[in-house]
Amino acid sequence: MKAILGALAAGLLFGLGLIASEMVNPTKVISFLDLFGAWDPSLAFVMGGALVTTFIGYRFVLKRERPVNAEKFDLPTKTDLDPRLIGGASLFGIGWGMAGYCPGPAIAALPFMYTETFIFVAAMAVGMAVYNLVDGMLQQRAQPVLIDG
Amino acid sequence: MAALTLETILISLAGGVMIGLSAVMLMALNGRIAGISGIIGGLVNPVMLKGGLDQWGWRLAFVAGLVISPFIYGLVGGELPALVQPRSIGVIILGGLIVGFGTRLGGGCTSGHGVCGMARLSQRSIVATITFMLTGFATVYVFNMVGG
Repeated sequence: MKAILGALAAGLLFGLGLIASEMVNPTKVISFLDLFGAWDPSLAFVMGGALVTTFIGYRFVLKRERPVNAEKFDLPTKTDLDPRLIGGASLFGIGWGMAGYCPGPAIAALPFMYTETFIFVAAMAVGMAVYNLVDGMLQQRAQPVLIDG
Repeated sequence: MAALTLETILISLAGGVMIGLSAVMLMALNGRIAGISGIIGGLVNPVMLKGGLDQWGWRLAFVAGLVISPFIYGLVGGELPALVQPRSIGVIILGGLIVGFGTRLGGGCTSGHGVCGMARLSQRSIVATITFMLTGFATVYVFNMVGG
């Protein structure tokens, strides 16, 4: 229960930050990505502020033995720069520039009740589900076939 | 370049600090990376859902926190910004599909790679962030050229 409440509070704070910084507004995001046009650099301050805060905060938190509500810190272990990372990040940037939304702001923008946001989130969920499906099939195929006898 | 006022810089920084504090909080309390695409990806994955409340409970709670944030923002006296979506429905749908698939394939988005991963100085996250920034710039450039 504590873990649920902690996540709820963290999600709320995250959303408040996205709204205050106006990252929920696709036009603002697209203006930030319009580097060669009427570039609006303000989202660089959002990312900078978030990055520096997290960098400092993580130094303290990750020094502790364990998180408050869990056995251990669940940190990514992959270190290789594989084609999936580069391909996935490339695709994400393209979609981001097309729709002006990345996953967090799109979810926080839902209660603003714009039809376009609901359509984006539905399409994004389908994209994720398709990935899970394809990934599942690839992993099944990669498993060695056991031959009896 | 658009005009940048001191007020815009300060509110942008404040918003960023809130996002950072949220990421630190989720790590300190639950030991989890605040990567939104990973959190949502888990919720649309039947394998993860079978993992029980331990697996999806905190994810759903984080998403619920995001969804209630505009209401709380209004309650504490904040003025909600107007949202303007300049793209056509077709572009939004295609963009959504690509964002969903791409973030899962690349193992993260702006929050997971751009904030949390970069803060851990993860080489993968630094490369991913540079990559999606570049393709994002290029995409908007192309859209401005063709007038989409």
